[in-house]
Amino acid sequence: MPKVTIDGQEYEVAAGTTILQACQQAGIEIPHFCYHERLMIAGNCRMCLVEVEKSPKPVASCAMPVADGNVILTQSEKAKKARNGVMEMLLLNHPLDCPICDQGGECDLQDQAMAYGFDRGRFEENKRAVSDKDFGPLVATSMNRCIHCTRCIRFLTEIAGVEELGATGRGEAMEITTYVERALGSELSANIVDLCPVGALTAKPYAFVARPWELRKTESVDVLDAVGSNIRIDSRGAQVLRVLPRLHEDINEEWIADKTRFAHDGLVRRRLDRPYIRRAGRLVEAEWPEALDLVAARLRSVPGERIAAISGDLCDAESMYALKELLHGLGVANLDCRQDGAKLDGGNRASYLFNTTIAGIERADACLLVGANPRWEAPLINARLRKRHLQGGFRVATIGPTFDLGFPVEMLGNGGALLNAMVRGEHSWAKVLLGAKAPMIVLGQGALARSDGARILGAGRAIAEGFSMVRPDWNGFNVLHRAAARVAGLDLGFLPGPGGKAVAAMLEGCRSGAVEVLYLLGADEIDLKDIGSAFVIYQGHHGDRGAARADVVLPGAAYTEKDATYVNTEGRVQLARRAVFPPGEAREDWTILRALSGALGRPLPFDSLPALRERMRAAHPVLAHIDQIVPAEWGNFGAIGTVGSASFHYPIGDFYRTDPISRASPTMAQCSEAFGALPDTQPRTGTHG
Amino acid sequence: MLADRDRVFTNLYGEHDWRLAGARARGDWDGTKAVIQKGRDWIVNEVKESGLRGRGGAGFPTGLKWSFMPKESARPTYLVVNADESEPGTCKDRDILRNDPHKLVEGCVLAGAGMGVGAAYIYIRGEFYNEATRLQAAIDEAYAAGLVGKNACGSGYDIDIYLHRGAGAYICGEETGLLESLEGKKGQPRLKPPFPAQVGLYGCPSTVNNVETIAVAPAILKRGAAWFAGIGRPRNTGTKIFCISGHVEQPCNVEEEMSIPMKELIERHAGGVRGGWDNLMAVIPGGSSTPCLPSPICGEVLMDFDSLVAQKSGLGTAALIVMDKSTDIVRAITRLSAFYKHESCGQCTPCREGLGWVWRVMERMVAGNATVAELDMLLDVTHEIEGHTICALADGAVWPVQGLIRHFRPEMERRIHEYRAVATRQAAE
Repeated sequence: MPKVTIDGQEYEVAAGTTILQACQQAGIEIPHFCYHERLMIAGNCRMCLVEVEKSPKPVASCAMPVADGNVILTQSEKAKKARNGVMEMLLLNHPLDCPICDQGGECDLQDQAMAYGFDRGRFEENKRAVSDKDFGPLVATSMNRCIHCTRCIRFLTEIAGVEELGATGRGEAMEITTYVERALGSELSANIVDLCPVGALTAKPYAFVARPWELRKTESVDVLDAVGSNIRIDSRGAQVLRVLPRLHEDINEEWIADKTRFAHDGLVRRRLDRPYIRRAGRLVEAEWPEALDLVAARLRSVPGERIAAISGDLCDAESMYALKELLHGLGVANLDCRQDGAKLDGGNRASYLFNTTIAGIERADACLLVGANPRWEAPLINARLRKRHLQGGFRVATIGPTFDLGFPVEMLGNGGALLNAMVRGEHSWAKVLLGAKAPMIVLGQGALARSDGARILGAGRAIAEGFSMVRPDWNGFNVLHRAAARVAGLDLGFLPGPGGKAVAAMLEGCRSGAVEVLYLLGADEIDLKDIGSAFVIYQGHHGDRGAARADVVLPGAAYTEKDATYVNTEGRVQLARRAVFPPGEAREDWTILRALSGALGRPLPFDSLPALRERMRAAHPVLAHIDQIVPAEWGNFGAIGTVGSASFHYPIGDFYRTDPISRASPTMAQCSEAFGALPDTQPRTGTHG
Repeated sequence: MLADRDRVFTNLYGEHDWRLAGARARGDWDGTKAVIQKGRDWIVNEVKESGLRGRGGAGFPTGLKWSFMPKESARPTYLVVNADESEPGTCKDRDILRNDPHKLVEGCVLAGAGMGVGAAYIYIRGEFYNEATRLQAAIDEAYAAGLVGKNACGSGYDIDIYLHRGAGAYICGEETGLLESLEGKKGQPRLKPPFPAQVGLYGCPSTVNNVETIAVAPAILKRGAAWFAGIGRPRNTGTKIFCISGHVEQPCNVEEEMSIPMKELIERHAGGVRGGWDNLMAVIPGGSSTPCLPSPICGEVLMDFDSLVAQKSGLGTAALIVMDKSTDIVRAITRLSAFYKHESCGQCTPCREGLGWVWRVMERMVAGNATVAELDMLLDVTHEIEGHTICALADGAVWPVQGLIRHFRPEMERRIHEYRAVATRQAAE
């Protein structure tokens, strides 16, 4: 290992470390702008110059690997002079508009100018003016402020995989642009806002909303897909003002999807902020006791087999556990957490997890996607697949509709017949899987939610076993979920009990009268148009499809408003934390169910969240392993048989509008429009925009 | 003075046939096979011993550079010839390309054999349309005659030569900027390390050499290192094409021996300074990026690497820009500042931002619309830029300004005082 001397002190660092990394390890801060540890090194801002003995010129520390015996001076006159000079150059054409800049208070340039800048400028000439660019509805530009670090270009090209941003022009005339003035077509585009070290790229929906020091920061997890991205929720008063990524190497690294970041403005729209009761065909405002008594009365009035409950995609484990306990007490077996009808059951945990894990993708060398579109169903898993692709020696194929994932994918075609051929080892790609050291298969909900989903699951198992994807050191069998609540629901067994009905049968039962009371726990993704005269109770936070049909509405809390447990598609248990209180009369969901149990005269055996969690974890120990991967035991699952030849369809038609929160979000609506996902049946009117 | 028998570029002025037959008559492609068969080590060693230094401007010892290429490589290796001659005042490569293209093609084969490369790429400046046409014709002739390609010259060595036309950006003459451009990307210099000898064109070991460097290699290898080393001074050996332009009676390109006194060079070959030597104000000795030298120094300095460095200038591309006393020297250097500002690639902060600043201040200096303190500031700014960037463009951009201030500060101050006096008088009226 090379020995280096930094500012007079000797350190030993790993070979291949750059000088900047070595300094950071030694606790010495080197100012920089263009360098970012997850992006390729550009070495163009020149802020990180340090003096290295025997080198005639100062050295860009971000790009220079250490050599044994380097004597590095970070505080010498030469180094300081170089840094001061670069800082002066950076500020030459940078506008002095900090008071009206959204980056103010969290601006690298501002901070480093304080530390390394002069106290006055010597530049007497006119500053450069650069026209702003249109990057679409999410990213606002103020290109006068750009310092040309090219982080945004490198992120989109390398990580997001869309070569849509570049630098045109030379020298002073260099501009960052999309060439054709087009919105950035990536689900990860707004990460460039975080990467921009100055205020050139800022969040359009957050423009002029708040200063960073006014915000309360809460560390939580995202629920708008099943990745479980770690996020930081910034709120002021009762409102969430922005969502930022939080570092988690094994999940989202330091990126989040645009929906995760910007759908939060849906949290203050279409909210259910007080109970409602349907009277004479209209939902009328009600008080809690009244609503709970009505629900209790209806639940008491029918036998358990005539009651059914469906939990939604955004539900937390605690509320699903509480509802399950409550209804089991009433003898209800009709429970289901699979709104889309996916043919997964809770019998074997390995059968419904992304067993390879997200970080584990980096060890794979071949990947077969079946009815899964990770770009829209889990953008960060897609980013991880792309990252693996960039490392080389990784082949990806997909059985399903053609879709651009942002990296080369072999489109094998569509339909179950291909899957059958793969099981039998007759497809040409079977050789690739056979030859791979760490092959993986990903079953998407587009495949599993078909009527022959169980056989598809079985085919997946057969492929996993047939191509030695399941070994002590490797599990290549993966189910890609898109609902944040799904894995927890399966873990908790929020599934039909003995003789119980699944979702389709419940709805059929509603029509036939076999089900009289339907309890929807945030379930909005089912078709409720034609369910006869069933009494529908909707507990949730948004006035979406479920509430529209409900006879009683019990207002609950959204994910930013409760301390709750979620399990991501890998089976990783994570805790969300309350950033703001639920609006109006709305309450945290488990407390509603606890109150309802009181109204029923069968109080649930817990009065506090810790007590609930203690019972839940005792019954389902896997939920006690916070932020850990517990490898699931392999077992027998799925059905044996030939898969139908019908084509697969991806479950998401519009990435920006997948759940009650994003459907209520005006920003997501703009994205839908900008990226052409709104159906053409909605022509623009004369008063539009 | 260089004897005719020592001249390498015997058709520099295009008086003879540039095609294969003419080139053969001048001795090109003679004994090429024998040289190749002497082997890699012999070739590299011979070039090392000749003392040949790169003719593109930086003057790095060529043999040493060639020896950096890996002996064994799993990947292809390349020779890249930099024919993107864009330095203002410089036109030496152009005459080689159009009048003696076979010298370069033969050089590619011999240099390629010395480094064991599989292919040579010649990156030619886009504006050199006619030159590119001739060079391509020469390459085609050489292929047809079996001199290039599989079993080149019957030696058993295989080499392909490709000609690539640039699109006219000065920065694509920087060796790694050239590689980027050759790969089809925006011409922006790369970070070093890794150096091209490890990671060059398409990520493979590569060597980038100037046209003149490659074109003199056959003469060295055929006539021997001792012959070449015997011309000029130690460390500054061989012959060199000088480009003399500006206020001389007969601007010209001329091949001369290294270390010839500047005054002798100008008077013997360019007919002297317009109006006589005493009418000389300054000479930019090595292309626009070297600092200018005032006439007293010009009378003494030798035209070679070391002598010019001792005068805080450089040999560069050996393109002399002669300026007599009618020149507005501040205006002239300002024009160069504008050129470099325009040609900066825009990657590095000091170059992108700083060169515009320097140029704008220089524009004011032309009229004298500045303060004396700003002169010091300007000098300070040039030092903030110099040595702080990825490539040497920024260095070359500020050296002329530094040279100007070093030698012509009184003139600049005079303008400032005059301007102020006029301004004060006008204000009083």
